[in-house]
Amino acid sequence: MKPTNTGRRRFIGRSLGSIAAILATGCDRLNQTEWFLKVLATGENVTYGIHRALIPRKAMAQELTPADLSPTFRTNGTSSPDSPIYQALAKNNFADWALQVDGLVEAPQKFSLAQLRSLPSRTQITRHDCVEGWSAIGKWTGVPLSQILAAVKPTAEAHYVVFHCADPMEADGSTPYYESIDMEDAYHVQTILAYGLNDGILPIGNGAPLRLRVERQLGYKQAKYLMRIELVKSLEGIHGGKGGYWEDSSGYQWYAGI
Amino acid sequence: MNAITASTNPTPAKVVYYRHRLPIRIVHWVNVLCLSILFMSGLGIFNAHPALYFGKSSYSSTPAVLTISSVSTPEGPRGVLWVAGYQIDTTGFLGVSKKPDGTPNLHAFPSWLTVPGSYSLSDSRLWHFFFAWLLLFNGLFYVAYSTIGGHLRRDLAPNRADIAGIGKSIRDHIRFRHPTGDEARRYNVTQKLAYLVVIFIMLPLVIITGMAMSPALDAVMAGWVDLLGGRQSARTIHFIVVWLLVGFVLIHVFEVIVSGLFNHLRSMVTGYFAADTTPDKKGTHL
Repeated sequence: MKPTNTGRRRFIGRSLGSIAAILATGCDRLNQTEWFLKVLATGENVTYGIHRALIPRKAMAQELTPADLSPTFRTNGTSSPDSPIYQALAKNNFADWALQVDGLVEAPQKFSLAQLRSLPSRTQITRHDCVEGWSAIGKWTGVPLSQILAAVKPTAEAHYVVFHCADPMEADGSTPYYESIDMEDAYHVQTILAYGLNDGILPIGNGAPLRLRVERQLGYKQAKYLMRIELVKSLEGIHGGKGGYWEDSSGYQWYAGI
Repeated sequence: MNAITASTNPTPAKVVYYRHRLPIRIVHWVNVLCLSILFMSGLGIFNAHPALYFGKSSYSSTPAVLTISSVSTPEGPRGVLWVAGYQIDTTGFLGVSKKPDGTPNLHAFPSWLTVPGSYSLSDSRLWHFFFAWLLLFNGLFYVAYSTIGGHLRRDLAPNRADIAGIGKSIRDHIRFRHPTGDEARRYNVTQKLAYLVVIFIMLPLVIITGMAMSPALDAVMAGWVDLLGGRQSARTIHFIVVWLLVGFVLIHVFEVIVSGLFNHLRSMVTGYFAADTTPDKKGTHL
């Protein structure tokens, strides 16, 4: 190899390094602009649109067997809501707890845990996929959300189901967790309000007394510690307007099908 | 690689001809952009849970096959890569690295390899999925265009002579010998096979394993993800194929450099490539 070649190689190597550095710096600059994040966020609309167009409305998430169950179902996020109201309810084994269902419905109602348990239930062994990348498999028992909706009769204007939770997300005890789904997911057979996990009572770490299972979306949609379900026409009036705590606070996608 | 034009080069031994059509050149550079950003934003996403598993879930009786972590020691944090039972100290690169301001970064991959540089799972996901769609549409266009337009049959499919010469072609590559003269006008067989593997095996596999991580797409046909070994296996395969693609890119760039960087770059920008008219039997540009 001639010395000139060594110089050329070094030049080329440095050029490639510079290209990578320019790319990384350029991406970081763009990442700090609001307009470019908006451009990137159009990807979510593409995903949502294509998924809703191509995936059959009734397509079922895979249901697994008892052999697939995770030895323990990991507690993630809140392990026990730090709120006096919740702690008082928990102390009394949620006997005083009731799920309020209201908003754009003809017959707003409250459901006690005993009432929910007396309704026909569904049990499903499914995989829970966290946005971080891990998966865990659990056996969930609960009431299909469609039954609750049939009881409260959503009006034609109701486009979203919003879940208000008991767990405060801020250190000062404010901003209880919230999430929302569209009516297609709300009426899906596997969308249940679970009160049981792995043949036992739903533990506090996993969302007692009641949590949402919406099996074709990621973990952060599976709202725990449900207190109230509200039917709305638009998500604009709900907290920051993006439909969920992580959506509003950190820019996570509302549609979490990927 | 068609429409050979008359040479405009004063040296009679060179002939400049039209090597890459415009759609191919656009697809190529869109791929460069997409794959670079997908790689870097993907490492950003990996940093959210720096462990890989085989099977359907992460919490089963089988432990992770790979983890990258930081462990605290009296001398400060050390980066550790665990892979298939082996433990490697990777301080400075994996597990523990430095941020641009010099403060320690305890994420698995260093900030200079991720998009965005400072850890943000939500932003990495925005980048990743936007460019994943772009890569998919770019790839679908490429396959349609090169099938209908004949690029696939004419330039990429190996012919009988190619197949007979595979051994020689691989030996030549190992010795950094490259075809010259008329032979340099077409892709050689090793090059053809490498491109075919990337286009029809590696890229589809990385896209399918990516889709397998989507709980919504998993529901399209219940159980299809098990063909890949389950969602966590799909995630692991996704990661492995990405590094194979990185390997391809490094070799590709190396080959481009040693067989005429400027000539190749020009041909992928303007379409025009200069080839020798007189074959050089020694066959080397080095």
